[in-house]
Amino acid sequence: MATIVVHVMPKPEILDPQGKAVGSALPRLGFEGVAQVRQGRRFELTVDGEATDEVLAKVREAAETLLSNPVIEDVVEVAVLDEATA
Amino acid sequence: MTARVGVVTFPGTLDDRDAARAVRLAGGEPVSLFHAEADLKDVDAVVLPGGFSYGDYLRAGAIARFAPIMEKVVDAAHGGMPVLGICNGFQVLTEVHLLPGSMIKNEHLHFICRDQVLRVENADTAWTGDFEAGQQIVIPLKNQDGQYVADDATLDMLEGEGRVAFRYVGWNPNGSRRDIAGITNERGNVVGLMPHPEHAVEPGFGPDSREQGRAGTDGLGFFTSALAGLLASA
Repeated sequence: MATIVVHVMPKPEILDPQGKAVGSALPRLGFEGVAQVRQGRRFELTVDGEATDEVLAKVREAAETLLSNPVIEDVVEVAVLDEATA
Repeated sequence: MTARVGVVTFPGTLDDRDAARAVRLAGGEPVSLFHAEADLKDVDAVVLPGGFSYGDYLRAGAIARFAPIMEKVVDAAHGGMPVLGICNGFQVLTEVHLLPGSMIKNEHLHFICRDQVLRVENADTAWTGDFEAGQQIVIPLKNQDGQYVADDATLDMLEGEGRVAFRYVGWNPNGSRRDIAGITNERGNVVGLMPHPEHAVEPGFGPDSREQGRAGTDGLGFFTSALAGLLASA
């Protein structure tokens, strides 16, 4: 079993209302100096067997077609999760 | 001939009964279509109603797009069948690429429910023929992910080709680009909008009109438009 991480973020040119709301809450908690917050998604896909190049290619395809909407989001990372950090 | 208008039910759809009722009040025969069956049951038009298909998990409309019925809807839409996507149905139409752009969370982040004034920008689509271009109508609006977004090239293309079907008037309730409330495809048979015409079809249960409370029935025009078009082409 291997786990593959997919990170999806709103495109830079798309307004991110959720990130904006989080950003405006930070100073209330005493966190100052944060210029901007953008909120994305992290998926963890655990696959049978090894994370071969073929498997990674399929995950990339899934990331582009289902996990993200290319109109508003970018897939910024597809990576095998290091066992040590899992 | 009574035109058969399919209304698709996904898990989490809310307004399928209202849409079916609107079809009946407009003089059509509503036909229930189920997400898991790849069968359009010989309908002449399709409505994708509002709600929270698949809980809106991932993105609104993202999972509904892959339902077996959608393959048939997409084929039929490419063949010219009138397809109307309301709210969540509009989101499904963008996810399945029948309409460009996408919806993100409302700019103010709140769920909103109000009677909304719209201007009909294009009265030549399959769902707007009974309106006049420039006509203002009042249609209930209720959503949280209603902010229409697309890149500037797409927005310019939509405006240039007259494919902005409806615009918000008076107040933009969700931050949608260029006040866009609804759009159509190149052919004019596929229309998607965030407001809910099926909630403004019966006196006593619609939005407030100038004359009387709850008397607004501007939504009926969407359904009579499609039925008139189908009868004319039959």
